[in-house]
This record gives sequence, structure tokens and C-alpha cells, in this order.
Amino acid sequence: MSQVASYHPVLDPTLAPPFPQAVLPVLRNPQLRKNVAHAIDVIQAKRARLVAEKTDWQELRSAAAAIRMHALENLGYYLELFEARCTAAGGTVHWASDAAEARRIILEILRQENAAEVIKIKTMTSGEIQLNPFLEANGVSAYETDLAEIILQLGEQEPSHIVVPALHINRSQVREIFARRMGLKDLSDDPKELTNAARAWLRKKFLTIPTAISGANFLIAETGGVAIVESEGNGRMCLTLPKAMITLAGIEKVLPRFQDLEVVLQLLARSAVGERMNPYTSLWTGVTPGDGPQRFHVVLLDNGRSSILAKAKERQTLKCIRCAACMNNCPVYRQTGGHAYGSVYPGPIGAILTPQLMQMHHAQSLPYASSLCGACYEVCPVKINIPEVLLELRAQVVNQERRSLSRFFDPMYLGLRIASFIFANAWSFHAAQFFGRFGLGLFTRKDGWIHSLPSVGGKWTQTRDLRGLPAQTFHGWWASRGPRSGKEAK
Amino acid sequence: MRASLFITCYNDTLYPETGRSVVRLLERLGVELDFKPQQTCCGQMHANTGFRGEAFSQAKRLVRLYRDAENVVVPSSSCVAMIRDQYPGLMEELGNDSLRKDFAALLPRIYELSEFLIDRLGVEDVGAYFPHRVTYHASCHGLRGIELGERPWRLMARVRGMTLLPLPNLERCCGFGGTFSVKNAEVSSAMLAVKLQDVVSTGAEYCTALDNSCLMHLGGAMHRQYAGMKTIHLAQILAATEDSPAEATV
Repeated sequence: MSQVASYHPVLDPTLAPPFPQAVLPVLRNPQLRKNVAHAIDVIQAKRARLVAEKTDWQELRSAAAAIRMHALENLGYYLELFEARCTAAGGTVHWASDAAEARRIILEILRQENAAEVIKIKTMTSGEIQLNPFLEANGVSAYETDLAEIILQLGEQEPSHIVVPALHINRSQVREIFARRMGLKDLSDDPKELTNAARAWLRKKFLTIPTAISGANFLIAETGGVAIVESEGNGRMCLTLPKAMITLAGIEKVLPRFQDLEVVLQLLARSAVGERMNPYTSLWTGVTPGDGPQRFHVVLLDNGRSSILAKAKERQTLKCIRCAACMNNCPVYRQTGGHAYGSVYPGPIGAILTPQLMQMHHAQSLPYASSLCGACYEVCPVKINIPEVLLELRAQVVNQERRSLSRFFDPMYLGLRIASFIFANAWSFHAAQFFGRFGLGLFTRKDGWIHSLPSVGGKWTQTRDLRGLPAQTFHGWWASRGPRSGKEAK
Repeated sequence: MRASLFITCYNDTLYPETGRSVVRLLERLGVELDFKPQQTCCGQMHANTGFRGEAFSQAKRLVRLYRDAENVVVPSSSCVAMIRDQYPGLMEELGNDSLRKDFAALLPRIYELSEFLIDRLGVEDVGAYFPHRVTYHASCHGLRGIELGERPWRLMARVRGMTLLPLPNLERCCGFGGTFSVKNAEVSSAMLAVKLQDVVSTGAEYCTALDNSCLMHLGGAMHRQYAGMKTIHLAQILAATEDSPAEATV
């Protein structure tokens, strides 16, 4: 441990401010909001068009949901099968119970390989365990090879999306980053020119760095193989040239059979980027003499996943295939982008995954970062009922608050507790309506509207008015109507 | 046909004109309505904020209160979604056998207003007259929660004199989300601004919906921004006739 230096964590839920605070700098950044909304609208429309052309979309969703749930309910079995098959094919499987252990295992392998540099296929899981800053602090330079990840790495920015990590950056900003970091003063913001600059920069890395790190879209238990899905081909470069490959994968990524890919791959490309098929799907199993990496390691990461697995309602969170359809269709994400979620997993899936990976010790504002509109559930290709999990997590947050002293200072908590007594009986409800009308009457202007309220009410009136309470409630009107004559009510 | 009106807590307090319109409309269609003055709230606010125990108490109260009702009509899609989506879990977790049995028997007799009109009464033309330009906000709970589908449009198509203007980005949330609107007031307001832009772009005089909670949100912003349009619950449009037009809205 002594040789493991400290590092500055990134997108760390243990340090991130609560969501309502974290959104403020974003909401005050019109360029970023425009970039995010534009990108989201384009992806959303493409997805909708391609989903509409699949007549069996709902059947595919049901099949994928069943496959994923079956894998999770038998996870131990399939992981051991994967380990046996992968080992038989010449791979080495490592088990990491948490982020620190995974980082140590990867560093150990890199030291065996005498690697001072490593190229990386895009992986969100490496962001989850904050691998890059850790490697940097331990003398290993990690180079991202996914175009968006290169932009972020060179621009020293954080990912804001799991499929399109540089979604919040537009091309003139990319031009600025490339020109500055690659020393290309005359670079224009023509996408072709930008791509060529990245290609030239990347080729040097591919040709000189013999060690690579990847994530995994899927682990296949039946074959012991790994699948990676991408659009640029840079991942495939990382799979052909290097001598050694380390794959980092969450334990939930396992599929039982090779043929299950048929279902999930149809859903993934359409859901993620609105394409019928992604350009590059790479599958590899162990090592093949004379072809590709000759030393292959898989690091299976738990990091809180088995505790999620143990809970009946929350388990479905692990069905996720990281397509990002939930965030692409989320009206909250559309306004905030990804950084406010304080984790590499933003959007609705992040709002349920991050608090659980943190075992509810941090990120307690995330379950509330949703209007519960249900768009995420509607588009989820594996039918994760995100609103249901959000509600379950909210209940856990409230149950923690019930035991803490802070509840006495939280107007929302007190208000809801009082409201529960008010709603317990008609007389208390009617009394509250009476006193509410009196109290709000003090704030009601002559036009019958309330323009400004104190405390929690001020959160409402900062952007909206509230109609003053009418003189007569509905139940008051009903009672005043007296016995009905059977004629039309007036 | 007999039906019991569950008006919901916020309609009772804030939007009694919606309730009065439901009464006018259903009595005009020959429904024998009753109203239980003991009713309070369905528990949605508590359930959606994480107060499950409190939500269950209210759910239990509602199930017991309407146990013997022939039909229950609710002019709020989010409250119906609460009953359909969340009550089963609450009953399973916190209820006893007799309550679960009562709930299972009651559930199929609970109708959102447009469901009651089309599925139960079998009417599309309710004899309404509303000579105005109107746009319809589908509201998330109506659209995805209880999947009202074509029902609201079938009803609106038969309203004489009304020009229905399609709302762009119909499926997008207005940002209300109950306590979300104050817990995440800034994000909620940003979502509202986008929705209001779409609503105003239709050129309608009124924005209607089957849920006054979205309309409270939209209406509050319309009033703040002098948007030159108003909100109105669909019940009020459906209740309006040549002889007795919709109640004036503030």
C-alpha cells in the first residue's frame, strides 16, 4: 500500500454537492445547456424513428428484461461459469470486492507488464473506480482512445453522459482543446479536420503502447468471452495491436449464452445512439496464439453490486446495459446535463445507481432529482422501472431522516409530517383549509394571486405565482347545495 | 348509474370549480353522484416524497371509505396513477388481508374522469360547447402512468366550437413533480420555461389537461409572465354548454 500514492478524485459522490446545488452552475451556463439540449434532441429523435420501425420492439424489451433478470438471479453460477470458460481459453480472472482492490489489481498487472503507459477503450467502470488519476499518481500514463474521451482528457473535463461523454462540448470548443493541446494553431472546427487531428494523434499511441485497458458491454458465461460495442473502431485497434489486455467489468455484465447477444445488441444500438447497428462489435475469448493480445486479464468488480442484488425491488437496477436512453429522454437531464449528478453515472440510471453503489451513505439528493415523469421507464430497453426504484430509495432516505436530529430543522420534513396528521381526518383537513385560506390570504394580492411566499413556499414563488385559495371549498359547495332535486346542478 | 366522486385534496382546496364542473357534467349525463365529505387525500404527496407509512395511512382510509362505492370517479390522473401503481405495493408491505381484499375489489371500480366517460358510460359526445382555441397538455401520469391514450382526444373532438391546437413535445414533463417543484425548484423552473414556450407557441387561449397539478404549475408561470393565456381543467370544458358556459377562470 505504501507505494500507492494519493490522487485527486473526479466525479466523486462522496464529495459532490447535493443535486439542487450542483445544478446551479449548469443552469447559469447557457452555452452548456444549449449543447446538451441540442445533442439530446438529435439523439432522441433518431432513437424514436428507429424504434418505431421495429414491430417487435416490446417483445424484444420483454426478452431482454427476462434474460438480464435471469442472469442476475443466477449471478454466482454464471460468473463462475464465465471464470472457468475464460480461464480455459487462456485468460486470467481476478475478483475485486471494491474500487480500491480493483485499482490495486490493475496496477499490479501493469507493473508485471512494465507498462509506463496504457491505452484505454472507453469504459465508465474505470471512471467509477477513478482509475486514471490513480494510475497517474502511480507513474502510469493512461491514454483514452475514444474520440469523446480524448476530448475530455485533453480538455481536462469530466464526462457528462455514459455513451456520449463529451455531449456538453460543441465542436468549436473541441477545436479550441485540440488546437491548444496538440499544438495545431490552424485547426478549423470542421468535423472532418477535427477527426483527422485525433486520428493522427491516436495512431502514435496505438503503434507505441503495447498495453490496453477495456471495459465490457457484456461478459458471456457460455463462452468466457467479452463483447465491446463502439462506433469508431478505436476499441478494435486496442484489441489487435497490444500485447496485453486488461478488461474491467462490473459483475452484473454477464449474459448466460452467446445467442443472448442477438436480443441485447438489437436493443442497444437503437436505444443508445439511434442506429440500427453499431459499426464495431468486437468479441474476444481468452487469447489466440499469434493474434491479438497474448496476455488477457479480466477484473470482475463488485463495489456494492452484490448488496444491490440482495434487495428485491432494487435488484432491477443491475439489469442496465448502459444504453443511456433514460438520460437521453429525461426532461431533468435535458436541463442539467450530467455533471450535476456527481458521478460518472448521470441521468435517471445514475440517480438510482449511485446512491446504491454508495450504500446510501452519500448522494441522498439523487433519488429526488426526478419529477417521476416515467419517460425513463418507457424507453428502457430492459424495462428497469426507474421511478419505482427512485421511490424505494426516497423511502430509505426518509427513514434515515426519521432517526436524525436534522429532521427538526427541515421544513419539508416537518411540513409532510404535519400534513399526514391533517389528512388523517376530515375535521383536521377542513380546519387546515380554513386556516390556510386565512394565512395565505395575508399574501394574496387584489388580483387574487400570490406573488411571494416565505420559506419553502418561496421556492414556488421564485418563478411562479399561486392562485389564492378560493372562498369556498368543493366540499363546502356540495354541502351548500343541499339535497339534490335530480335536475342539473347549477 | 351511480358513482362516488373522489375530488382529491388539492381540487377540493384550490380548484373547486373543477369539482363543480364534474358534478354538472356527470349529472347532465344522468349519473347519480354522491360525495363523501370524510375524504381527504390519496397519499400521493407522501408516497412520492418517501413517506411510505404516512401514505399507507391515507391509502387505508381511502380504501375503507369507498369500499361500498359502485364506481369512484377521480378528476386527477396523477391520483389515479397513485392508486393503481403505488397502492398495491403499500398494501402488500403494510396492509392486512382484509384491507388487501377490499382494495383488490375496489381497484377495478376506480376511474379517471375520461375513463369513466368513455369506458363506463360509453359516451364521447357529452354535449359540450366551448368556442375557444385550446391546447391539451397530456400530463405524464395521464400519458404514461395510466395510459389514457386516445380518450381525451375522443372527448375533445366532440366539443362544438372548440379549435384544438396540437402541443409540440407533448410527451415532455412540465417539471411539476409534486415536492420536486420546491425541492429542485431551479430545475423544475427550467423545465417549466421550456414547456411554457411550447404551450404559448400554439397560440391557444387555454391550456387544458386532466390534472390540475400540472395546470397549477403552468398557470402559475402564465400569470407570472403575463403569457396572455389561461389554464382550464378538461372537466370544465366538457361541462360547458351554450346555455351555461364555463365558469370564468381567474
